[in-house]
Amino acid sequence: MTATKRSPVQTRSGWREWLGGFFTSSVGLKWIMAITGIGLLGYIAAHLFGNLKIFTGTDAAGNYYIDLYSEALWHLGGHLFPEGFLLTVLRVGLAAAFILHIWAAAVLTKRNRVARGSTRYRASRNWAASNYASRTMRFGGVIILLFLLYHLADLTFGWANPEFHHGDVFDNMIASLSRWPVAVLYMVANVALAFHIYHGTWSLFRSLGTANPRYDPFSRGFATVFAAAILVGNLSIPIAILAGWV
Amino acid sequence: MDLALKIWRQAGPDTPGEFATYIVREVSEEASFLEMLDQLNEDLNNQGEEPIAFDHDCREGICGMCGVMINGDPHGPQSGTATCQLHMRKFKNGDTITVEPWRASAFPVIKDLVVDRSPFDRIIEAGGFISINTGAAPDANIISVPKEAADSAMNAAACIGCGACVAACPNSAANLFTAAKMQHLNLLPQGQPERWTRAVAMVETMEEYFGSCTNHGECEAACPKNISIDFIAWMNRDYVKAQFKNVAKASQ
Amino acid sequence: MDNEQGTSVLTSGEPTGPIENRWDNHRFATKLVNPANKRKYEIIVVGTGLAGASAAATLGELGYNVKAFSYHDSARRAHSIAAQGGINAAKNYPNDGDSIHRLFYDTIKGGDYRSRESNVYRLAQVSNEIIDQTTAQGVPFAREYGGLLDNRSFGGAQVSRTFYARGQTGQQLLLGAYQALARQISAGTVEFHNRSEMLEVVVKDGRAVGIVVRDLTTGEITSHSAHAVVLATGGYSNVFFLSTNAMACNATAIWRAHRKGAYFANPCYTQIHPTCIPVSDEFQSKLTLMSESLRNDGRIWVPLDPDDSRPPNDIPEDERDFYLERQYPAFGNLVPRDVASRAAMRMIDQNRGVGPLKNGVYLDFHSAIERLGKHTIEERYSNLFEMYERITDENPYEVPMRIYPAPHYTMGGLWVDYNLMTSVPGLYAIGEANFSDHGANRLGASALMQGLADGYFVLPYTIGQYLSDYLNTDPVPIEDEAFTDAEDVVRERNERFLSIGGTRSVDHFHRELGKVMIEHCGLARSREGLEKAITEIQTIRNEFWSDLKVLGTSDNLNQSLERAGRVADFLELAELMCRDALDREESCGGHFRVEHQTEDGEALRDDENFAFVSAWEWTGVGSPPVRHTEPLKFEYVALSQRSYK
Repeated sequence: MTATKRSPVQTRSGWREWLGGFFTSSVGLKWIMAITGIGLLGYIAAHLFGNLKIFTGTDAAGNYYIDLYSEALWHLGGHLFPEGFLLTVLRVGLAAAFILHIWAAAVLTKRNRVARGSTRYRASRNWAASNYASRTMRFGGVIILLFLLYHLADLTFGWANPEFHHGDVFDNMIASLSRWPVAVLYMVANVALAFHIYHGTWSLFRSLGTANPRYDPFSRGFATVFAAAILVGNLSIPIAILAGWV
Repeated sequence: MDLALKIWRQAGPDTPGEFATYIVREVSEEASFLEMLDQLNEDLNNQGEEPIAFDHDCREGICGMCGVMINGDPHGPQSGTATCQLHMRKFKNGDTITVEPWRASAFPVIKDLVVDRSPFDRIIEAGGFISINTGAAPDANIISVPKEAADSAMNAAACIGCGACVAACPNSAANLFTAAKMQHLNLLPQGQPERWTRAVAMVETMEEYFGSCTNHGECEAACPKNISIDFIAWMNRDYVKAQFKNVAKASQ
Repeated sequence: MDNEQGTSVLTSGEPTGPIENRWDNHRFATKLVNPANKRKYEIIVVGTGLAGASAAATLGELGYNVKAFSYHDSARRAHSIAAQGGINAAKNYPNDGDSIHRLFYDTIKGGDYRSRESNVYRLAQVSNEIIDQTTAQGVPFAREYGGLLDNRSFGGAQVSRTFYARGQTGQQLLLGAYQALARQISAGTVEFHNRSEMLEVVVKDGRAVGIVVRDLTTGEITSHSAHAVVLATGGYSNVFFLSTNAMACNATAIWRAHRKGAYFANPCYTQIHPTCIPVSDEFQSKLTLMSESLRNDGRIWVPLDPDDSRPPNDIPEDERDFYLERQYPAFGNLVPRDVASRAAMRMIDQNRGVGPLKNGVYLDFHSAIERLGKHTIEERYSNLFEMYERITDENPYEVPMRIYPAPHYTMGGLWVDYNLMTSVPGLYAIGEANFSDHGANRLGASALMQGLADGYFVLPYTIGQYLSDYLNTDPVPIEDEAFTDAEDVVRERNERFLSIGGTRSVDHFHRELGKVMIEHCGLARSREGLEKAITEIQTIRNEFWSDLKVLGTSDNLNQSLERAGRVADFLELAELMCRDALDREESCGGHFRVEHQTEDGEALRDDENFAFVSAWEWTGVGSPPVRHTEPLKFEYVALSQRSYK
């Protein structure tokens, strides 16, 4: 072939050109996904920690601890900030992390489609190293997003929960999760979430470039333990409510 | 042994292809996979059908010319083995073997099982070298290289550029190839002056043709030289770090 | 003899004076092209293996406009990549008494006193620069724990001067040259044409002015003109069909050049490598080399009793014949390749071969593993051991390897002068494609050295001598008749292959040719055999041109058509090899005539009558070629019977 140049499959134009190298490169986008992923994993852990207060009952005055916890979130930062300010900041940050994470995933997915092109294998593939979790990241991500929307409507804003009453976290949870279809939905979504964070937690070390043969077993182990802990914790709540233990 | 082969036939880059099924008889267990294809081609030629085009050259697993999907595995079922080093003793009499070319937008089919892998050369041309002119080098032993660094660089440099990593990747990413070629140089003292510009140039050229890494690890499993995906992580690290290095920017 | 007609004595143009100063003096005397003028020159480099890629890159760095051509998809595929063991240099890092003079001496002696002293000395001189250059390029040579370069020993030398990168030295050096080339491609000084096969050299008024190329993917035939043409297209071991060369290695470029007037030197000097994996079945397409470096730690033996059918590990030590250690106590298992190959052949001829077909000898690592531990052996050879196991399904850590001699390298090639220019002005040959430095036998780890010496350090300087005469002249335009005629030849030839419409495949004829060549022009040659071979080759050639069957068309990728052209050229080259072997009434290095041997079966040279290079001139198909000679003078090395005892 006389041509040394064949036109690139992917081109940089428009916003990619404008944003500049790092934030438009796939490695940069993966880095963004890893950093936002860390934020989201931290949130998931904290969220679970808070939710587990459903098992701690009431204080002497008969207030559910989980309601107090929700109240405390509202007063986060004490008298340093106006009421709800810090929580709003956290919520905005969380929303930004979600948006960036999903945006980067969407851009990368599109690019990967282009890179794969119309040239899929006609015969079936044998997977040698990837696992169910790694192959369902995008699918799982969409499931989690849909669930998240429902979850916000159900327990944050109350649109999907006829008996919702702002501030009564305990009662709202019981009301929502004692409907078995809802409880099943929660359980299924949490299994999807566990798969997603199992691969994500391992993968983020690699995207950030901190992988090292010495720590590789550790990062695998950490991902497994972390995903399992989140799964067990999150499943325990609908199961307990369905079973009437709380 | 007798085998049925389901092989991708495609007359040219712009013509649609399809699988054709052939029977090869009395294949020796000692034959290599490519020798089995030679035998089939000999039969086809005798029957007046044009032989199957496939890339191959050294048949010692080092030139990186050969490579096809065999039953859904890049380079076939044996790990750490290029197609030419795969022997028929890994198959059984009566097996049906499906053979497909590498598939990726960046690797269009030229004919039958032959694909164009030239984007790999574009990545090297972008920065996969150390810029020294002939004759300018100091005595070789002036540069002292820790044995561990030399060994690790050699592990990366073992890449044969066959393209199995791209073929294996669900995203058609070339991160393993690019990382291996980059880290070979970035791990050595000689590669330091251009380390950061190299990281940026190679990554961004790679992304013009290939998808992104989602850390499946399929590339590592498919690699005939067992090159580790740790090199991908190190490439990511170098690419991110390069953003904070002002050397290149300041010199402009 | 009719081939004495028109014969002439060739002069190499080598400088005179003390040998240490010749290369320096020559460079000083060579005309230079000033940097601003270099960009006015076009240079074509055909082949981008070690020699071609390093030459193209260096010429590009110097400022010339270079066009490089390769039939591969990338310069990284060339068969230089398969060289395993290492590259020699006279660095004397291990402090074991090495020097430029010793490397020079060993190479002349290893080549059985059939190479040009000035060239070999130059090779030894630049060997050190090659190590410096490639190390700076990032070639990951093996290192000691202190961070400095490691060396190992190799056949034909009693010092450790071989630099290596695991068992993949050729790969790493080629990648270094390929990367240097990539840098020039990106800088725009080199225009690279991949999947493009050179099929004709264009000669006008006695000068090489360009080439004709076929694009292997589209079949398009194009002409390219230049001030000079460099052929770096490798050797011709594939004339034997089964060899350690890659499947596509061929002689077409040098053969087409030969037909256009370039003399072919010493075609009968071919090297049979002692350590290859034995043939196992008739469909075998190639032979796989196991690096000679294995002979550092492996011991070669056969059972004392030819009828011993026990598995190797059951044969006690005192019933094994370590025949190399017995016959050559000084060098032992590290004798040069030709000696080791012939010794193995003698064992097999005495029916003492091992393995199912009794066609191999054992290469045993038991004592090395006991002495050094399995780990050290793994570190040195693991990739070779794995390769062996993949091919044979036997584990060499436990069972001795079986090895067998196989065609590997060709010392012969286009005749070149000291400037590496062939007998056609403007046409250069470098690397294995020329005949220059190895005499009648190449030492291990010297091929990489010579390819890179030619490409990095010799040709880029010497080419200026010729080019300086053509300053401010344009290359011959490709519309010129010389080009259009050459294009027509290429097209007609391809159409002819496609229109024969016979019954047999290209491989069939190649295989037949290989059988004749290995039998009569392989390890041992005789007058009777060679005469028979010439007749048989002519018969095969006639059958080829009347009974060949190539399907498909010439306007797209057609691998059978590519091979047809290559085999057609092999069928002519093979005859020349036999004629040269017949003509050379002596034994030297890789050329062993059974009529000329000592009492204990060693090669017997005839320095009185054959201390010259035979350079053959083409006179047409089937017509006897004309032999020109270049006498070899030995001023610094005394001619003696080679002894490794």
